[in-house]
Amino acid sequence: MENFGYIVIVPFILLISFILIGLAGGRFKPSLSGIAGTFSVFVTTVISYITAFSYFSGAGLVNGVYQKIIPYNTEWLRFTDKLVINMGILLDPISVMMLVVISTVSLMVHIYSLGYMKGDSGYSRYFSFLSLFTFSMIGLVISTNIFETYIFWELVGVSSYLLIGHYYQKPSAVAASKKAFVVTRFADLGFLIGILILSNITGTFDYSILTDPNGPAIAQGSTIAFMGLSVMTWALILVFMGCAGKSAMFPLHIWLPDAMEGPTPVSALIHAATMVVAGVYLVARLFPLYALSAPAALHFIGYVGAFTSLFAAIIACTQTDIKRVLAFSTISQIGLMMLALGVSDYGGEKGLGYMSSMFHLFNHAMFKALLFLCAGSVIHAVHSNEMNGMGGLRKFMPVTHITFLVACLAIAGIPPFSGFFSKDEILVAAFEKDFVLFIVSMIIAGLTAFYMFRLYFSIFWNKNNEYKDSPHESPSSMAVPLMFLAFASLITGFIPFSKLVTADGAGFETHIHWGIAVPAVVIALAGILTAMALYKKESGLPQRITASLGSLYRLIYKKFYIDEIYLFITKKIIFNGISAPVAWFDRKVVDNTMNGIAAVTNFISVKIKSFQSGQLQQYAYVMVSGMIIIILFALYLWNK
Amino acid sequence: MDFGQLLYMRHEIILSAIALIVLILEISISNKNIEKIIPVLTVLFFINTIAGFFPVETGSLFGGMYKTTGITILMKNILNIGVLIVLIQSAGWLKSNFTGSSNIGGYFFIVISSLIGMDFMISSGNFLMFYIGIELATIPLAALVASEKLKERSAEAGVKLILSAALSSGILLYGISLLYGTNGSLYFDNIASSFQNNSLQMLAFIFIFTGIAFKISIVPFHLWTADVYEGAPVNITSFLSVISKGSAAFILLILLFTVFKGIEGTWNSVLYFVSVLTMTIGNLFAIRQKNIKRFLAFSSIAQAGFIPLGIIGGSAIGFSSVVYFLLIYLFSNLGAFGVVAAISNATGRENIDEYNGLYSTNKGLSLVMMLSLFSLAGIPPVAGFFSKFFLFTSAAKQGYYLLVFIALINATISLYYYLLVVKAMFINKNEMPIGPVKNDAYTKLGLIICAIGIIAIGFAGIIFDYINSLTFGIK
Repeated sequence: MENFGYIVIVPFILLISFILIGLAGGRFKPSLSGIAGTFSVFVTTVISYITAFSYFSGAGLVNGVYQKIIPYNTEWLRFTDKLVINMGILLDPISVMMLVVISTVSLMVHIYSLGYMKGDSGYSRYFSFLSLFTFSMIGLVISTNIFETYIFWELVGVSSYLLIGHYYQKPSAVAASKKAFVVTRFADLGFLIGILILSNITGTFDYSILTDPNGPAIAQGSTIAFMGLSVMTWALILVFMGCAGKSAMFPLHIWLPDAMEGPTPVSALIHAATMVVAGVYLVARLFPLYALSAPAALHFIGYVGAFTSLFAAIIACTQTDIKRVLAFSTISQIGLMMLALGVSDYGGEKGLGYMSSMFHLFNHAMFKALLFLCAGSVIHAVHSNEMNGMGGLRKFMPVTHITFLVACLAIAGIPPFSGFFSKDEILVAAFEKDFVLFIVSMIIAGLTAFYMFRLYFSIFWNKNNEYKDSPHESPSSMAVPLMFLAFASLITGFIPFSKLVTADGAGFETHIHWGIAVPAVVIALAGILTAMALYKKESGLPQRITASLGSLYRLIYKKFYIDEIYLFITKKIIFNGISAPVAWFDRKVVDNTMNGIAAVTNFISVKIKSFQSGQLQQYAYVMVSGMIIIILFALYLWNK
Repeated sequence: MDFGQLLYMRHEIILSAIALIVLILEISISNKNIEKIIPVLTVLFFINTIAGFFPVETGSLFGGMYKTTGITILMKNILNIGVLIVLIQSAGWLKSNFTGSSNIGGYFFIVISSLIGMDFMISSGNFLMFYIGIELATIPLAALVASEKLKERSAEAGVKLILSAALSSGILLYGISLLYGTNGSLYFDNIASSFQNNSLQMLAFIFIFTGIAFKISIVPFHLWTADVYEGAPVNITSFLSVISKGSAAFILLILLFTVFKGIEGTWNSVLYFVSVLTMTIGNLFAIRQKNIKRFLAFSSIAQAGFIPLGIIGGSAIGFSSVVYFLLIYLFSNLGAFGVVAAISNATGRENIDEYNGLYSTNKGLSLVMMLSLFSLAGIPPVAGFFSKFFLFTSAAKQGYYLLVFIALINATISLYYYLLVVKAMFINKNEMPIGPVKNDAYTKLGLIICAIGIIAIGFAGIIFDYINSLTFGIK
């Protein structure tokens, strides 16, 4: 078996690029930083492709099953005799696939940014953080154990925080980056507890032991019960909480739309293709554990995914900021991937959901990155995010127009574009397992087609706006990535994914289920036609529909007021409900009581009056009474 | 008697020698040249720190009055490192504030005396020795706190410290006498072996615990902390918050694991109780602070609340985790206080608002501050994350899931207020930020050591292994 030792170069070259650009970037011409960053990612991409090619063409295959290969692993921290934390690199079908996804999208984003960010004052800072992000993301997917994943998981969070806050002069960008960081950190709280419990019951962090279907972790995990569910289930639900934070699952999705304040290429990289799918990736990484020892947790994930997906698709239909439409569409598509994992079983063809989820992840990365980069192009040209200010752009920006159309067809699931194939597998998997989820996914498919083409027609057709300085096509450094990704969206659907990436490593045959595919395509076409009728030509119809829906529309437009609810909980309940009473208690009760006692002890205090602040004796009082409380407490326990 | 045995006490002996050298230098050097003793003494202390690491046999002296083990040597070495950093950081302050009649030698003498007290305390095998050690460690501190003679706040803080310390000593002594009354002995070994677990002994335990908890500033014995930290010169505050607190935590560990092992059930519940209280109250108050020193005071109270997570359950792995936690806390807190000291000594500004836009003028200081605060908050991959993680894991291993959960929530809350300071430095705008501060070589060196410590210790798994190898003997 091939050793794949050269893969070690990947993280190192990215780390070095981050440090070099970060330290020295400001001293040279900015374009040099851009070229250095792009070069390092280019090398990464080449190595990733070589790895993927040699892995999938047989080097990873033993007896028809793709193996986990660990080219490099070293002991890092020894916690107890058994519990050891390693640092290493793990190659298996999904990590190799993610390597390809991350490096491709990152390379495209780098090339695109060379043009897009030109003239920005933080040019070299931007590229150094891009390198850091790519490094962390790749570290995350090739980790050999869950603890290593956690470290990179946090690094990804930090670097995305830095990138979202790139325009730190803008208060909204700062607020958005903070929101993203705090929400995901909150979710990571659950993740960390999950890891603690998991390591505690299984005695290991290692994926190869945790996810071995015949291994000790899966065999022993489901014995102890707590509140009706096994401890393993609880641990995995907690781990999923971290995934839900990163992957913007309801109700932790609120940070993603705001994160659109960052530069658009960053949105393409982080919020379309890589970081937001980290949650899906982690569930897939632990999939045998979920499927075999905690099916309840998996089922739960499926429903969370379905609800999020539907919910976000509905909101996407009403947004007017083009990046926000894309953000909600991302949430919806990731929900679909979670749904697919939720309806999957382990082993052979029963793992169809798993395979379709990964397949969709792969395709989605390509076309969603493309959509974001096109949106960036459009914003670059008209200097606005609002779709009301656009229209008729197809004449000015032919390349953007065509590539955007390709991406829309792909996400809508029209054959032969890539989205069709993966969505079909998801629908089949849902149909076989859970009819409710199947119906939900069908509705989502229709809604997706509708809102994407609403976006498409509003930008490129509709009214012919008067533009101040006439918009023009972007420079070639921005156009080339668009064309490459459009090409990818055309062909990736034909990759025989079911033979390559499966839950247990063994490939199987799939074919298109026309009984499901045809209705799905019809529904998608219906969505497209509705959008066409409403938005292709300028008309008052959408406004009238909006008006007739009235408060319902407003409810959806306001994203179901989720942000407001959070604000209410944090501001009103936590700040006013907890902090304010504590402050009040401190001011009124503590101070007043203390003052009363101060009067009693005044006699003694007269003698040290010149030193006293009026508080020291209170301190002593509190100390002694605290001690007495502890004594009473201990006596109570002692007598029991 | 074999004089070779005196090597067991080499920490205390070398320190006493240095203290004597300080006195001699003080007398023999004229006031004009007195600044020159700073590098001499710093180097001497550095040599002492290195000397502490040479492996020497361990054992007990004076019929069990004095004991060393691998772990006490490690604790003393950790304290040495901390004091070394404090001394390096305070050089600039000494030069600017201690001119004329005030004496620099006095400062060194007092710091070293206090450290000798701590070392004796950690090595004690008898409560009498322990008591002398703790007093020797505490009383000089009051003089240090009040050392800026012309500032009212400094004097006030000194008085507050000495008075509340007197109260806690009284309680401690009462506890010791109760213990003697029930056992007829003050030797740790005798007490541990003849523990009867009656209510009088339990009372004694709580009195002794109170005396030590006062020094670690565990709620509800923490009230002196904020006032004293705020009033004292910053460099002294960092000594108080790290060295003094660390040494008390060390002796608490030792006492609980040896003398009071018999009533583990009781101290588990007591620790549970004060841990939750300390973390929560420390955090809630830290959020409201405007003055950076008060802010760090409450943050250090909240940090102290995490220590019981490792002690609870009484496992060897928890013991190692606490020592590891304190080591990392030392670097992180000294880093933060080092920055505050540099700014305060140069400009006199101590409000968090005044830190707005600090990054635009003082890049290095802001970065060290950020690193330290991240470490205190426990954000990976800096060292603070690992220490907290180990504490949480060891508590979880003993089955205290609820406590771990509360601790995690508190860690998240603390993240909020640490980030507030980071935000002030990096994001908030300021028309008139603090001007560029010129740091002397000492300050820079001190901060660089802290920064390296914060980054490197987390990744050097060998350090935790080393601590672990020493603590396996404990249980």
